[in-house]
Amino acid sequence: MKTKTTQQLEQQLKRHSKAAKLEIWGRTISLTALLLIVAVVVAIIGFVASKGIATFTSNHVNLWDFLTGKSWNPNITDANGKPEVGALPMIVGSFLITILSAIVATPFAIGTAVFMNEISPNKGAKILQPVTELLVGIPSVVYGFIGLSVVVPTTRAIFGGSGFGILSGTCVLFVMILPTVTSMSADALKSVPRYYREASLALGATQWQTIYKVVLRAATPGLMTAVVFGMARAFGEALAVQMVIGNAALMPNSLVSPSSTLTSVLTTGIGNTVMGSLQNNALWSLALVLLLMSLVFNLIIRLIGRKGRLQ
Amino acid sequence: MFINNDVTKATANDVTKATAMLERHVVQPNDAGHPIILSTEDLHVFYGKKEALFEGDLQFGSNQITALIGPSGSGKSTYLRSLNRMNDRIATVTGKIMYRGVDINQPAIDVYEMRRRVGMVFQRPNPFAKSIYDNIAFALRLRGTTDKHELDEIVETSLKQAALWDQVKDDLNKSALALSGGQAQRLCIARAIAVKPDILLLDEPASALDPVSTSQLEDTLLDLKQHYTIIIVTHNMQQAARISEYTAFFNQGRVLEYDTTSQIFTNPQVQVTSDYVSGNFG
Repeated sequence: MKTKTTQQLEQQLKRHSKAAKLEIWGRTISLTALLLIVAVVVAIIGFVASKGIATFTSNHVNLWDFLTGKSWNPNITDANGKPEVGALPMIVGSFLITILSAIVATPFAIGTAVFMNEISPNKGAKILQPVTELLVGIPSVVYGFIGLSVVVPTTRAIFGGSGFGILSGTCVLFVMILPTVTSMSADALKSVPRYYREASLALGATQWQTIYKVVLRAATPGLMTAVVFGMARAFGEALAVQMVIGNAALMPNSLVSPSSTLTSVLTTGIGNTVMGSLQNNALWSLALVLLLMSLVFNLIIRLIGRKGRLQ
Repeated sequence: MFINNDVTKATANDVTKATAMLERHVVQPNDAGHPIILSTEDLHVFYGKKEALFEGDLQFGSNQITALIGPSGSGKSTYLRSLNRMNDRIATVTGKIMYRGVDINQPAIDVYEMRRRVGMVFQRPNPFAKSIYDNIAFALRLRGTTDKHELDEIVETSLKQAALWDQVKDDLNKSALALSGGQAQRLCIARAIAVKPDILLLDEPASALDPVSTSQLEDTLLDLKQHYTIIIVTHNMQQAARISEYTAFFNQGRVLEYDTTSQIFTNPQVQVTSDYVSGNFG
């Protein structure tokens, strides 16, 4: 038995207000955006995978031969009548250039981040932060062009040869990934709570001891993530690398001999092939390898992040 | 040494105003057997141009517990943090901090050496993400102690003094982050006393702890008094009353009253102190 006022109250409470409608609307919009992005990612992976697998399904190339073959020349078939699609030189080139540039960039990046965050936060915020951001904003073709006109001649003058090769690529990539690794390292250091530093200083540790023994240790998962992010960026960079590496699909036998990476072969080759041909499919297979490696990098980053949280 | 510098603006001998309260009342400790180990003279602290502590002249007797109480923002933590120069990069501290006759607030002082003698425990338990053992051995290793037996011994005595040994003796290699709040705070105390300081500064060490842990911590502090001079900032007035011999009341960046704890809590001489300890404000 409801009184009139109760009925009125119930009516008022059950009425869908404007706020409630907006709530539903807001949820719908953000859900749509999310679904769209998921759809795009799935579509890209699906497309690259379907094209990349064609090399092995319709052209009957052996997967093992593809990954370990040392000779890349899709236009030519070898003595056994098999096309020469050995991707190993590019895979090695990509990994070599990625690892080398990360090795060179990491100490500089962490050093800069330590300076920005621990030693001189004021100068860091005023000078280094904008410089780092500026470095991110420079288009890769500019990096490539500087590499072509400065780094390659210098390498040639010092080591002889053409100057094109993994060493020049490493130099260019080092500068390109430096800002990424630096700013992510700085974030990692920033997330180390202030009370860690205070605890260490109050125990009579010097600032350097505090940085070395406490801050860097506590930030290790974040720093590793920063380096892997830099590596992912180096691995995927195409244009600048292509301009300085020499683009010879050969096993690199020295750091100053022309070689190639997955990306550089893709950018130089993809425009010159016919869709559906073996040459085209083989390039898609390279793209698939590239995509899978990117996923692996992402997975590593996630694993590091999870391990860091558990500690 | 008896210093009674009642800075009084109310006229104390005005009999008609017998009930009038003083504006400031400072009685420095002079207990026999507890020589003054640390004192501050004309200490001022500035954050940029803003003055956070106007004047802090306090003396601390050795092997005693002194409580610094007062409302939030009264400058008591600022004062405490100045005592072992933790404010060095944050604020400007002027005046003298005399530690056993040496002014430690001068640029020539090696703060790292000084902090080994004047240790500090913070409000929030802050063990490093290392094992219990490594937390305590941290400062010792920084100073070049590598002898395993020596380290083992100091770790054990420190943990025993901090009343944590029995609970963790089988888990010394486990992460210190797995400890409960009260245990973690006692680990921080053990870590601080591992370098055998003279003075232990505690900045609201129990504010993040539950009542049981707080009570255990207080017992620990009372035990530690035999070996160390303790200065503790606390928001908890009962805590100050329970464990300290002397209490300083801070308000708005000034020490308004300093006297024996019983005097402060039973017979405060300054109106604001009286209001604060009776719970009328703060």
